[in-house]
Amino acid sequence: MDVVDFNTLRPALPELLLAGGAMALLMLGAFRSSEGTATLVNWLAIALLLIAGAVILAMPPGTQTTFGGSFVVDGFARFLKLLALTGSATAIILSLDYNKVRKRQKFEYAVLILLSTTGMLMLISAADLIALYLGLELMSLSLYVLAAFDRDNARATEAGLKYFVLGALSSGMLLYGASLIYGFTGTVSFVGIAKAATAPSLGLIFGIVFLFAGFCFKISAVPFHMWTPDVYEGAPTPVTAFFASAPKVAAAAMFVRATMVSFPAITAQWQQIVVFVAIASMALGSFAAIGQTNIKRLMAYSSIGHMGFALVGLAAGSAEGVQGVLIYMAIYMSMTLGAFACILAMRQGDTFVENISDLSGLARTKPGMAFFLALLLFSLAGIPPLAGFFAKFYVFLAAIQSGLYALAVIGVLTSVVGAYYYLLIVKVMYFDEPSPGFERMPFALKAVLGVSGLFNLLFIVWPAPLINAASAAAKSLF
Amino acid sequence: MISALFFYLFASLCVASAFMVIASKNPVHAVLFLILAFVNASGLFILLGAEFLAMILVVVYVGAVAVLFLFVVMMLDVDFVELREGFLQYLPVGGLVGVIFLAELLLVLGAWVINPSMPQTITAPIPAADAISNTEALGLVLYTRYVYYFQAAGLVLLVAMIGAIVLTLRHKPQVKRQNISDQVARTKETAMEVVKVQPGQGLSQ
Repeated sequence: MDVVDFNTLRPALPELLLAGGAMALLMLGAFRSSEGTATLVNWLAIALLLIAGAVILAMPPGTQTTFGGSFVVDGFARFLKLLALTGSATAIILSLDYNKVRKRQKFEYAVLILLSTTGMLMLISAADLIALYLGLELMSLSLYVLAAFDRDNARATEAGLKYFVLGALSSGMLLYGASLIYGFTGTVSFVGIAKAATAPSLGLIFGIVFLFAGFCFKISAVPFHMWTPDVYEGAPTPVTAFFASAPKVAAAAMFVRATMVSFPAITAQWQQIVVFVAIASMALGSFAAIGQTNIKRLMAYSSIGHMGFALVGLAAGSAEGVQGVLIYMAIYMSMTLGAFACILAMRQGDTFVENISDLSGLARTKPGMAFFLALLLFSLAGIPPLAGFFAKFYVFLAAIQSGLYALAVIGVLTSVVGAYYYLLIVKVMYFDEPSPGFERMPFALKAVLGVSGLFNLLFIVWPAPLINAASAAAKSLF
Repeated sequence: MISALFFYLFASLCVASAFMVIASKNPVHAVLFLILAFVNASGLFILLGAEFLAMILVVVYVGAVAVLFLFVVMMLDVDFVELREGFLQYLPVGGLVGVIFLAELLLVLGAWVINPSMPQTITAPIPAADAISNTEALGLVLYTRYVYYFQAAGLVLLVAMIGAIVLTLRHKPQVKRQNISDQVARTKETAMEVVKVQPGQGLSQ
């Protein structure tokens, strides 16, 4: 027997750190049952996420694989892992004040976010179907628990149960698809599938359809989006902010990697599915959001629509398309987290309100918050010169380069429709009579809002780092 | 000859008990028949030479899942007769969906062609059944080639455990708990009190 060479574990160091750290924090929380434990665990978890990010930054460039080829770290993985870690750390920061006010401080919150993030990193690095499934389950199972975290609240438990049941169903479909693909290609590794799947066969296409159904559920794309508004509305708001950020990035990463690496030879077959899903998501995200009065539901429809836009890049099936998806996910995450920082600041006394009408006249009661929220909403709508415009620009550019003109045109049209409801909130904030104002915004929320607002505002001045990084990351898949 | 006899014994018992699972009115009987069906199915696996699957079926399904079922059925007051009331009403639609699904599956199975490039993609050759047993073959790869999957699955189970505790555990203040360190630290001095009782006065307090 060989002695284990620990160098082979090095590519998985961030995951090992997070998993080990999560277990250590679990011990800390279980044995140290004083008042401040939850806060301590929160900050330690943030530190752990930052350390994992630093480890990823320090990794040598190029592609490394380990665990018999089922775990791959390349430019694509590093880019998305950094994004997911940022999203998770921000989600914990966003939850600090909310959980304190609601007296829902529990150390398990940060531990579950850490374990979920471990799952995301495993998912992003997954190079075969089994690793993909295990990473996905680790991520989702933590999310189900987090959705029901406010366990005495009927809506939160309903959200958790709904998410769990539908998530289990989608996992079943994904597994069925994976088993069909294994059956028709004889391997689970993406590279191996690409070698075997040189020509479309009926069984393989069946497998792809089921696999995509599972993927679409996880990124909440139409027609598997039904759970999103209910879960987003019912779950505690910081959890919703988490749902809308990091897990979406990881799920999009899995969709892109599994598709681009496994099925490059049969692009024409899966492209039509992605085109349909993209169009349907963009349209539903734009039209269904119009009638919403609850801002968390609105954000749910908004995220459905944005996933449609991101899929436009995947539908292009080219390196430019993948680059578009990566830029889109980065900018989408920054916009969403900023918007949720505002939603979490909607506190009157000890109650958190979540209706759009509660925002009326915010420009007069809280001009700074109103300005930044308006900025983010303009960015979400994709109005130049904000970052959201460039996100859409790159995916549509990729679609046009691949000859998908109709898709790009429909995308632009739906984004015009979508602009309506974003601008409606701006109108409510700036031109309606003031409603009772909100409590002072805590510093943590201010910091998140400020960073995301400035990022969106100043992206046009210095876009090169993100765009170059995304371009390099996208090229590593091809 | 003898294996054929056992096959028919196990197979017929399995089908019969599976039928009884859905036919019996008493839910406890249904679960007991389910256990019988599992045991017979594991017998079939042994006939196939899949001794590991047979073991797992008995250990996991009979030992854990079915017993858990039985426990739930006996603990909860679920009226199964009432549950089945809507059965006939939903039968046409449910049957239609089932038939469509079956047709689609047959379509896929009908198109089943062994990919000519498949033998090259299979990572390791499959040894002959008498050279190595299933359990041994699994044991050879589970903690080596598949250690990553194994550990990942372990993490998933850890999350399930944390989730169950977070969502259901409640600390009730009135409940008396066993505190072993308190029990061990108890001495004669702290546990006993010698009281001098005056005759005819009884014990106050």
